[in-house]
Order: sequence, then structure tokens, then C-alpha cells
Amino acid sequence: MIDVSRRQILQSGGAAGLLLLPGGAARAAPTWNGPPPEPGASIRVLRWKQFIQAEFDSFVANTKKFADQTGVKVRVDAESWDDIRPKSAVAANVGAGPDVIFGTLDDPFKFSEKLLDLTDLAEYLGDKYGGWYPVARKYGIHDKRWIALPDGATGGCMNYRISTMRAAGFDEFPKDTAGYLKLCQGLKKAGKPPGFALGHATGDANGWCQWCLWAFGGKTVDDNNNVVIDSPETVAALEYAKQLYGTYIDGVLSWLDPSNNKAFLADQISLTLNGISIYTVAKNSPDPALNAIAADMDHANMPIGPVGRPTEQQNILNTYAYTYTKYPNAVREYLRFMWEKPQVDYWETQSNGYIAPPLPAWNDNPIWTADPKVTPFRDVLKYALDDGYSGALGAASAAVMGDFVVVDMFAEACTGNKSPKDAAHDAAERVKRFYSA
Amino acid sequence: MASNAPAYRAARTIPTRRGLAFRLLDDRNFLGVALIAPAAAFLLVFLAYPLGLGFWLGMTDASIGQPGRFIGLRNFISLAHDSVFWLSVFNTLLYTVVASALKFALGLYLALLLNRRLPLKSLVRAIVLLPFVTPTVLSAIAFWWIYDPQFSIISWSLIKLGLIHQYIDFLGSPWNARWSVIAANVWRGIPFVAITLLAGLQTISPSLYEAATLDGAGPWQRFRFVTLPMLSPIIAVVMTFSVLLTFTDFQLIYAITRGGPINATQLMATLSYERAITGGRLGEGAAIADAMVPFLLAAILFSYFGLQRRRWQQGSRD
Repeated sequence: MIDVSRRQILQSGGAAGLLLLPGGAARAAPTWNGPPPEPGASIRVLRWKQFIQAEFDSFVANTKKFADQTGVKVRVDAESWDDIRPKSAVAANVGAGPDVIFGTLDDPFKFSEKLLDLTDLAEYLGDKYGGWYPVARKYGIHDKRWIALPDGATGGCMNYRISTMRAAGFDEFPKDTAGYLKLCQGLKKAGKPPGFALGHATGDANGWCQWCLWAFGGKTVDDNNNVVIDSPETVAALEYAKQLYGTYIDGVLSWLDPSNNKAFLADQISLTLNGISIYTVAKNSPDPALNAIAADMDHANMPIGPVGRPTEQQNILNTYAYTYTKYPNAVREYLRFMWEKPQVDYWETQSNGYIAPPLPAWNDNPIWTADPKVTPFRDVLKYALDDGYSGALGAASAAVMGDFVVVDMFAEACTGNKSPKDAAHDAAERVKRFYSA
Repeated sequence: MASNAPAYRAARTIPTRRGLAFRLLDDRNFLGVALIAPAAAFLLVFLAYPLGLGFWLGMTDASIGQPGRFIGLRNFISLAHDSVFWLSVFNTLLYTVVASALKFALGLYLALLLNRRLPLKSLVRAIVLLPFVTPTVLSAIAFWWIYDPQFSIISWSLIKLGLIHQYIDFLGSPWNARWSVIAANVWRGIPFVAITLLAGLQTISPSLYEAATLDGAGPWQRFRFVTLPMLSPIIAVVMTFSVLLTFTDFQLIYAITRGGPINATQLMATLSYERAITGGRLGEGAAIADAMVPFLLAAILFSYFGLQRRRWQQGSRD
């Protein structure tokens, strides 16, 4: 029984379109028929430590709302990105720890048998909110079973200074790799170069190196997990990256994830790959110099390479729950509540669009359009590929990423430490070790 | 009479029990075993078991969430063909040898200085200890800023002094990065060596120096033939610990470089973590950790037995 008027449907924005048949007649909105939480349930949630305080506060407020409505006690702990991974691994191994983990990327694929089956919940959410983006499905499903719920991505976009881009002779951000290289060269000439991490920076270095590799048709493995990174396409990507590297600010070889934020906010670079955090910090700062940077900066999606389609790599946020939980119903109900649009809208609004949606029906939040500088972040999951592309996600893809094989390959080729051909060949040897095991 | 029977029986049995307890407590063999048992159990549970488990894991294909199966030496054979592993072995040896040597030389020098009559001696000694008492992660983050290619205080100062014209890329090339992390480790480790050697220096009787001076020994000869031999047992212990701590260092590297750039500062400890936890291959990570053991044993045996040789202590050669 659906008690929703057409007016209410239309007021709910983008989701409305999903509830309308092509002919305009309203169809039944999916309903959740999961069991209620167990009496006296108490769950522990571990999530990544916030970069934006308001994002964390709104997350906690949503959680409190759930606790008030259901009587389920929820404890929320937060740890840095890098600490979530070992803790989730230990929890899987010992069979004790947090009931729910808000983690990242393909972590749940390393211990998929230890995770609660979320298929019914994921299908309900997909049906209700317009269907998961393909990359979100890839990060959620293992062996035809949903083992995780993607909650979006801390979307990475090109962060650039408008004035320096214009000084470099561009009125708008280039959409292809050829124009992008010219822009980088122009920015260097204009005295404020680009800066992209090439150290062991999990998010930033992988972000631009994987994009570049895929943009030229290179990839670590093919659809059948055969190692194919030693290819002419990879060499072409490395040759291109070498030219980009020549335009970068000094020292990027040692950059970790926070380095580009510091350099951009210190007015030392005019272009980098980052989430919305640089803009948010600059905009909300009491320092007029930072406000001026916010006013002079904008964002763009990654340029498209010779393959002719977007090839972005994004830091997907992935949430999973363990089978050892004593309260699986409470866990599912908590996740459902947090993924429902009213909670998501509040969370996204408070965090100024920090998390890019995995479901298209979440896109109608005014936060994505009120400030046009935020809009590019909304769509990153439309354009993203998964870390194991084009093979399967799993232990091998996680190991290749964890070992920084692609980043090291780019670093070796960019610095001239190895020729692009040798770098690609050596990277293939490293990748084979993980895929042959 | 009947009501007194239980009391009577108790009176008869108690001396028997007490007698057994007393006999056991009087037995030196039993007492020895009983007293050592708690310590042995502690060592077994908290040292032997984790060590054994580490070796076992190294011979399995265990991954996160999966128990794994026994695969013999396959992890080690695979690592033997892994260029990153061998680079980490080289980096670890370089890091340990250079940093330990510098820590010893500078620590000994500092200890000799602090052993002299100094104004505000206690305050100076407390200051020297500061790097050691600062949490490692905190000092690592401080070095991360000190070495930052854009914000380094060292580069900024040198530019202001007109000595250089562009920022030094401390971590941006493989060899710069290696020397930089070694310098951070030396800074952190010197106080431990200096303060421990200072304690050793203060146990040397002044009469030995007086006798040597009366015999015409100069400062170098007093150091060479009195200080060094008397200090060598302490040096053996200090350097054993120093080498162990340096060889297994993790925090400094992880906070400053994460093993980069291009694995130039990847140590065996950081690679073990990266493979086991980040990459999810527990068996391979454990195998890398196991591969550290022979190096550690060799270092311990060398410094402990070598430096404790009586001939060395007496100042003569082998």
C-alpha cells in the first residue's frame, strides 16, 4: 500500500522521476520488509575520521535519530583511513570487533565470507533510488551477493585556479588529455605550476596515475585477470605522464595525501587532484587570503584520454557488517535508515557535498547545484572505474594497489629512473606475483 | 564420644596435609619449578607463541579472513624473486648500519661531554633526553614538516641566510630520502645511547684515571685504555638494543615517507606491514618478518659476544 501523492513525489525531486513510469503513471515505491531490530540491540560502528567536522556531526546526528526511533544503542568510533584497514582485517580474523565498518574500496573483498549478506537491502535501495552506478555495483557485489553498501566517494576532481588557467591561455578547463597537457605547460610558464602526488599517497597518487593509465588504454589486468600492464598503451600513458611531470612543482615524488592540500592553500600550485576539502577549508576560513583562493578556484572532472571515455579512479567509501554481529537485524535496519534520502540529504548538505552519490536519485540535493563549483563532484561515480579494472576485485587487486605498483611505475618513468618500457615491464613482473598466487 | 569423632578425624588429617605441603615447599626441585612456572608461562604465552605463530604464518598462504594452508617455503622462494623485497633488505641494512654507527659515535661523544663538570648539568641531561621521550609519531610528523619540499624550515632558513636559492628536496629523490630518514632516526636514537653510556662512564673509578695520568697517559690513551675497555660491556648491551630497534623501525618511515619514493625508504618492517595488512597477504607479510630474524640474530650475536670478548675489553687485538 503506497500512501504517496503525486505532489509528494514531485516534491521529492529527482527520485520522483524514478517512481514514474514512462507514461507518467506512478508505480509502487519499493518497500522495505526487513525484520525489526532485535530487542535490546546494541551495535558498534567504526568509521573513517572526519575531514569536515560538520560531516561527522551530521552523521552522528543521523545515528542518534535512528537510536531514538528504534531504541537500538549505537556507538560510533572514528579512526583515520589508514587505521580502518588493519582494524577491519583484525576484526575479520578474530571474529570480534565493530559490527559495522564504514571503510573504503575493496577491503570487504578480502574477507567476503565473514560479511553479512546485504543483498536484499542493496536491491531495495537500488530499486528505490534509481539503480546503483555500475562502479558502485562492482564494489558491492561478490559472487552474486552484496557484501557491502557503497555510500559514495570522496570524489576527486581537478582543483584549479581560474586566474592562472586564464593566464595560461584557457577560458575553460580542457576536456581531453592533449589540451590538458598544454594547460599544465601553460600553468608552469605562468609561474604557478600543477602539483600531483607521486609518493606513496594512497588517494591522490593512485587517483591520477590510474586515471592516466586507463585514459590511454592501459590496465593492469584484462577481463580474465591476465596481466596486461606491459603494453604499448601503458608505455604511451607513461610517456604522456613524463611530460606532465616536467610541469609539476618540485618535490611531488615525496608527496603524501595531505601535501597537495597544503601547497594549494599556500598559493604555491594552481592545479591538483583533490576532493572538495580544499575549497571548503578556503571558503570557510577566517583568513581573507584563503577566501580569495576559494573565490578564484573551480573544479572539473578529469580529462578524457585516447580511449574516448571517462577513466576516473575514485576513493569509494564502502560499508560492510560482519556475520559475527549478535544483532544482524539491527545492523540492516541501521544501514537502511542511514541510506534513506532524508538522512542522506541532511548529511550531504551539512558536509557541503563531500560525498559523491552512488545512487542517481540522491543527485537532486540542492547542495550540488547551489554552488556550481561543487557540481563536478556530484557526478564522479558516473565516470569512475574500479581499482581492479578490468578484472575482478579481490585480494590480488587490493594487493597491487596496496603495493603501489602503478604509482611506482609512474614515478620510475616520470623521473627517468627507468625508461617507460622498462617501468612497464617491471610493473608487470610485480603484478604477476600477486595474480599468480 | 560419638560427637567428638569428626573433630578427632580432622585433628588427625590436618597434620598429614600440612606435612605434604611442607615437604613440597622444602623440596628444592619442586620449589624451583613452582617459582619459575609463572615466568615461564608468561614467556610462553606472550613471546614463544606469537613467534611460533609468526613462523607458521610465514609458511602458509593465509590472507586476511582466511586461515590459509601450509605451503612450505613457497613464500620465501617467491620473495627471493621479488625486486622490492631485495630493495627493502638493502634499505634496512643501510639504515641500520649507518644510523647505528652514527648513534654510537655521537652518543658516546655526548656522554663524554655530559660526564664532565658542566653548569646546569641536570638540566642539560634532561634536555638531551627530550628526543627520546617525545612520542615517535609526533617526532616523525615534525620531521615530515622539516623535510617538506615546500615548507621546510631548514630550506627556509638557508634561503633567508642566502646560502641556497631553492628549497632542498629532502625526500624527493631516492638517496636524499634515505639520508633524511637516517638523520631522523639518529636524532631520535642518540639520547638512549648517550644517557646509557653516561651511566656506564660514571661507574668507572676516578682512581683508574689518576693512575693512568701518573703513568704519563694522555687524554687519548686514557680514553683508549681505560674508558673504552671499562665501557665495553655497556656498549655491547646498548648497541644490541640500538641495532634491534633500528632494524625493526616502522613508525618513522611510515609517518614520513610510507616507504617512498619508489620504495627507496621501504624497510623490511614497512614492507611486511604493507603486504600483510594493506595488501591482505598475511602469509607473505609474515614471511618478510621472519626473514628479518637471521639478520637480527647475527647483529645480536656480533654485538653481544663480540664486544664482550675479554681481549677487546683489555684493549688488545684478537
